[in-house]
Amino acid sequence: MTADTPLLSVRGISKRYGARTGCADVSFDLWPSEVMGIVGESGSGKSTLLNCLAGHLAPDTGAILYDTRAEGPRDLVTMAEPERRMLARTDLAFVHQNPRDGLRMGVSAGGNVGERLMATGARHYGRIRAAAIDWLGRVEIAADRVDDPPRAFSGGMQQRLQLARNLVTGPRLVFMDEPTGGLDVSVQARLLDLLRGLVRQMGLSAVIVTHDLAVVRLLADRLMVMQGGRVVESGLTDQVLDDPAHPYTQLLVSSVLQV
Amino acid sequence: MTGTDYTFAYLDEDTKRMIRRALLKAVAIPGYQVPFASREMPMPYGWGTGGVQVTAACLTPEDRLKVIDQGADDTTNAVSIRRFFQRVAGVATTTRTAEATVIQTRHRIPETPLTEGQILVFQVPIPEPLRFLEPREPETRRMHALADYGLMHVKLYEDIARHGAIATAYAYPVTVAGRYVADPSPIPKFDNPKLSDSPALQLFGAGREQRIYAIPPHTRVVSLDFEDHPFAATKAAGVCALCGDDASYLDEVIVDDAGGRMFVCSDTDHCAGRRAAGLGPSAAAGAAAARPPEHRGAAAEAAVCAAAGPARAPVPPDPAGGQHPAPEAAG
Repeated sequence: MTADTPLLSVRGISKRYGARTGCADVSFDLWPSEVMGIVGESGSGKSTLLNCLAGHLAPDTGAILYDTRAEGPRDLVTMAEPERRMLARTDLAFVHQNPRDGLRMGVSAGGNVGERLMATGARHYGRIRAAAIDWLGRVEIAADRVDDPPRAFSGGMQQRLQLARNLVTGPRLVFMDEPTGGLDVSVQARLLDLLRGLVRQMGLSAVIVTHDLAVVRLLADRLMVMQGGRVVESGLTDQVLDDPAHPYTQLLVSSVLQV
Repeated sequence: MTGTDYTFAYLDEDTKRMIRRALLKAVAIPGYQVPFASREMPMPYGWGTGGVQVTAACLTPEDRLKVIDQGADDTTNAVSIRRFFQRVAGVATTTRTAEATVIQTRHRIPETPLTEGQILVFQVPIPEPLRFLEPREPETRRMHALADYGLMHVKLYEDIARHGAIATAYAYPVTVAGRYVADPSPIPKFDNPKLSDSPALQLFGAGREQRIYAIPPHTRVVSLDFEDHPFAATKAAGVCALCGDDASYLDEVIVDDAGGRMFVCSDTDHCAGRRAAGLGPSAAAGAAAARPPEHRGAAAEAAVCAAAGPARAPVPPDPAGGQHPAPEAAG
């Protein structure tokens, strides 16, 4: 785990759905404390790529080298399932677009946040609860909501709860799939603000998939633009957005409505 | 064929072999749920079809069978299953725990300590402890395979968050031999400590769900808990109104419509044994009987027991076993 080892090194990831291409030959490096944005239209393979990276889908070819704390770079694709699961609840985090996919809707907010702690062996109720309340505070949810189920929360609160649930074990790498999708703009702004603060404060690395260019402008250091399953352009966020080289990126940037 | 209409113990030999194979596997992997091809039995699901199949596969002509339903030898379920095996296997039956070699039970473990060589067969409605936490069966199997049991503690966390204590009072999850988390069937958590290091072989049969699992003799069974909320084997705060025992698991029985109630031993054989030995209700028990319960948990537990099985009056066990009239659902 030295400064010259990327945290995540993706090599030639391809995933096909029968004759259709999910994503094709995607390679990139993600460095510690770096935020990578992936943009592209619907069906461009961004979510497929993210699900491959997070281990939800098995890629057809390629390697995903993750720099583990104990043993250095390991390939997540060939890693045994118990190890991958353990990694997924300690070092990695996945924030779903729809909080219903990432939360247990019948379990209280405290239980949702505490689940990862209990899954990694925490067996002290008082400490689990204290950690849950602490994390609810960090994502701006009042401590007296700790025993309410997520279905009693607004959409923005649910999304923040999902963040707390994922970050409670202090992961190093967060995958986010459209984290602001389905939220109204003021709630989006608040969530982005919170995300930016947490990413800086915890030194998180993140891969954020979105179709909202404003989100990547705010959060991402680097950007990849995908079309038809392939990466058509990548570079620093400001560089790609201000001086797009590929015709598709130019189209994407010029399609944003100005108010 | 032995001159009757049935093979010994009702099931055909091939079925018994299939169940015995599953039993052997279950004993070899303590707590692991082994699938088996559960047969239709001449009784409805929920009345112990799994337990009956396991018992049938274990019985030998020399066995002495005891059947209990929530501790009692004299309720519909116990009487009809006992009579079933009297008819199809011709084995001796008993209500005495100490004399039985095979005991089929619904929702209790007898108070009398079990001994080497005894087999305790549990009737299990839902063998999967993770069922109501994770609805996807492939996922729960994967969780068992990977010993990924954090979710089980989420349930206990929710209990404490809502009720201030672990409110799960029956079917309390256990870790068997340090590996598999299992549902001990809906026995009260009062009985959980008896699962551990028992000299008897404990077999669990779930007919509808087609699963068999086992706790071999002298296996360590640990009830899940938190460091600051340790497991406690609770029972109603009271004394048996018939035999005066304050250490056995008690049923709460409503005796009139004016709030009168009494506690009696759930284990009828245990209670009858004490009374035969000259023990009777103490003065404290009489006082406890007249008083409404001070303990909400006890009332809830009694309500759960009442809801889970046929209502039962505190009558002494019927020594003749099959002579007791079996009401409607006898099968």
